[in-house]
Amino acid sequence: MSHFERFIAEASSAAGQTDALLLALTVVSVLVVGGISLTIAVFAVRWHAGSKAPRGPVPDRSRVAEGLWIGIPLLVFLGIFIWAAVLFHQLRTPPPGALAIDVVAKQWMWKIQHPDGQREINELHIPVNRPIELVMTSQDVIHSFFVPAFRIKQDVLPGRYTTLSFTPIRTGRYQLFCAEFCGTNHSEMRGTVIVMSPSAFSDWLAANPGEGSLADQGAALFREYGCSGCHGASSTVHAPKLNGLYGHPVMLANGTQVTADARYIRDSILLPASQVAAGYTPIMPSFKGQVSEEDILKLVAYIRSLSVAENQP
Amino acid sequence: MTTIAAEGAPSYISAGYTLRSWLTTRDHKRIALLYGVSILFFFLVAAAAAAMIRLELLTPAGDLVDDDTYNKLFTVHGVVMVWFFLIPSIPSTFGNFLIPLMIGAKDVAFPRLNLASWYIYTLGGLFVVVTLIAGGVDTGWTFYTPYTTMFSNSHVILAVTGVFIVGFSSIFTGLNFIVTVHQMRAPGMTWFRLPLFVWAHYATSLVMVLATPVLAMTLALIAIERLLGVGIFDPALGGDPLLFQHLFWFYSHPAVYIMILPAMGVVSEVITCFSRKPVFGYQFMVYSLLAIAAVGFMVWGHHMFVSGQSMYAGMVFSLLSFLVAIPSAIKVFNWTATLYKGSVRFDAPMLYALGFIGLFMMGGITGIWLAALAADVHLTDTYFVVAHFHYIMVGGAVMAFFSALHFWWPKVTGRLYPDGWARAGAIVMFVGFNLTFFPQYIAGYLGMPRRYHVYPPEFQVLNVLSSGGAVVLGVGYLLPLLYLWWSLRRGRLAGANPWGATGLEWQTPSPPPTYNFASAPRVEGPPYAYQAGGTDGR
Ligand code: HEC
Ligand SMILES: [Cu+2]
Ligand SMILES: [Cu+2]
Repeated sequence: MSHFERFIAEASSAAGQTDALLLALTVVSVLVVGGISLTIAVFAVRWHAGSKAPRGPVPDRSRVAEGLWIGIPLLVFLGIFIWAAVLFHQLRTPPPGALAIDVVAKQWMWKIQHPDGQREINELHIPVNRPIELVMTSQDVIHSFFVPAFRIKQDVLPGRYTTLSFTPIRTGRYQLFCAEFCGTNHSEMRGTVIVMSPSAFSDWLAANPGEGSLADQGAALFREYGCSGCHGASSTVHAPKLNGLYGHPVMLANGTQVTADARYIRDSILLPASQVAAGYTPIMPSFKGQVSEEDILKLVAYIRSLSVAENQP
Repeated sequence: MTTIAAEGAPSYISAGYTLRSWLTTRDHKRIALLYGVSILFFFLVAAAAAAMIRLELLTPAGDLVDDDTYNKLFTVHGVVMVWFFLIPSIPSTFGNFLIPLMIGAKDVAFPRLNLASWYIYTLGGLFVVVTLIAGGVDTGWTFYTPYTTMFSNSHVILAVTGVFIVGFSSIFTGLNFIVTVHQMRAPGMTWFRLPLFVWAHYATSLVMVLATPVLAMTLALIAIERLLGVGIFDPALGGDPLLFQHLFWFYSHPAVYIMILPAMGVVSEVITCFSRKPVFGYQFMVYSLLAIAAVGFMVWGHHMFVSGQSMYAGMVFSLLSFLVAIPSAIKVFNWTATLYKGSVRFDAPMLYALGFIGLFMMGGITGIWLAALAADVHLTDTYFVVAHFHYIMVGGAVMAFFSALHFWWPKVTGRLYPDGWARAGAIVMFVGFNLTFFPQYIAGYLGMPRRYHVYPPEFQVLNVLSSGGAVVLGVGYLLPLLYLWWSLRRGRLAGANPWGATGLEWQTPSPPPTYNFASAPRVEGPPYAYQAGGTDGR
């Protein structure tokens, strides 16, 4: 299968486990389809019209058979269900310390933003053996981020963040596909994931400096869009301070509590009325249509950095 | 059962030869034929689109048509095959023709509504034809939003209107069948004496009546967002794109059962007739049909494991999808057990039915792969899924359609077709089908996404194999068209019961008279009173 290396190499920590499941499914399928086909063939030939094989009376139904017909598939299916669900749960649980990288999809390209400000299009450079968490959104329609060699796929939606986490375990170049139909050039919305050794990766980072880290760029935007006028330290407006917000629970005016993650901050900027922090009047204007998805992600990075800085004495 | 001789009554065909007599008929058998001609037309349209797709995919580059045209081709193929061929295929033709005959009735409960549903189907079809002439639609048959509502530059509204309209013809057909089965059964035809074909259509009709309105509402919401800019599905307008997927699959998963339950009904009739044995576990078969119809409503989320739906919702839908596979497995086991110690004949309908079992098993078992969460993450939206549902819908439903066509052709037309040609046709179709779609499982496993106009060159060999297989499959479809056409004039006369089958439809002349039976039949025993291991019925 070396011909298909860039598609099917087991290049993520999850790939081997998914393949084991797929192999088990193949074995079960061959046994079931083969076994039943063979039984049908044997019955049909042995008792074909005019054959001398003994016939005798046969029951029209059998409780035992009915029990087996239900019981055996049920056990096999439950086994497969549990196995596959456990793996799915693992896939959906981001490993601690993951390197967060932003993905913004649009018809028909993948735009990537690294935390240190490197930007790339239709290419994603990542270090081997380091957990990665992609925070993804779309500017227009639904796309789907699919790397067959990692056995992972996640739809990328407009208007919200979806995340995809994985740990690449083999260096090399792997195919990235858009798997959800998204219009004219859907089939050309492809890219390459380049998994590098840690040293090669830091060389790559150094050789491709962006315009400063996302958090720094976000800090600049925070002033540019006038956020600091209300949220800044010297502001006189009654607005929450954002230090230490990220990753912590927030009480909302409607009495519910949410965790301030990327999605919450995004909604606070675009749909401030939807989730009002308790104790404040909802005077924050919506920035919908004014801030690009990339800039929102930078603002998120900045607000996130405010909590990280605080946690580190 | 009593044998009824209809003396002298003219057959439903000779009841009138003018076009007007056909277009104003209220005879369920004639309406079935009207449907037969219409779905054949749409089958050919959709098959032509498929042929273009397979031709384009011979090479990795996009050299035959441009991107937008390719996208329109697979959309037309899907929309027409699903709503204008597969959904009406068996119910509207064989269901319409046979249900009244099988239950010993003169007609369906609402003959005018039956004719109306054909006109509604035709009107919906007209919209699709106009869509095509106007330049087509490029959204995929799944109409995912916000692409469909806000981004597509093709004739979405026309196409959606066509599908909206055709939905009402399914609802009316379903209503008609439900009332017919409840109200019109002959004396002695108790519920547990109904042929499985009738039970299957009863279950199908429930799904049609309950699910199709949801499709209609969903399509209406598409039109509202696209035409009036009301935010329903597009987040830019404050809508939710996943809401669309939930609504769409709430209909479209059960729709799979609208296609496959009637097929199961056909296969049950054919297997038992050509094994000369009562079907094994009749009541168990009935309950599995009903279970499939009921549980089928609760699994739609298995199309959305990677859509952004919550992980726990995914788990529930996964578990339910495994459960819905059990009644299908039961049916396969029972068909197999029916052969045991039977007296098995290999006439063409039986070959098609055996082909159905094989292909349906393949499609079903790969459904298990896709219900398994972590496996689905890799396989969904690839050619693996394309292969899976073609095994169910073409390998399953279409094979069963051909089984039905060969089984009841003598009843419908009064003529027999050449047996050798028909058996050859069944084998060519089975082989061609596997050559076409098996390579797609492999392409999908290796990662080739679906709906790709251009693709990485590594996948070319598999695509060439698939396109080559499609030629064989095409021959498999063409053969029956030719010899069945030939048989209309030259075939031997069939007589009332050429297969020696039980069932009321075989007790009246072929083709049957307008009101089916000379006098109302009485039913005195269970269905499938074949003699186990008995002699050949002919
Ligand atoms: C007119 C003053 C004003 C401006 C300008 C403003 N905000 Fe706010 N913001 C508020 C107020 C008041 C609240 C609390 C009420 C609410 O949740 O809507 C708030 C809430 C928030 C929250 C939620 C905080 C929490 O504790 O839950 C975030 C995050 C936020 N703003 C980010 C921003 C960003 C980023 C910008 C610039 C793009 C911005 N705001 C601009 C007034 C403002
Ligand atoms: Cu795409
Ligand atoms: Cu489904």
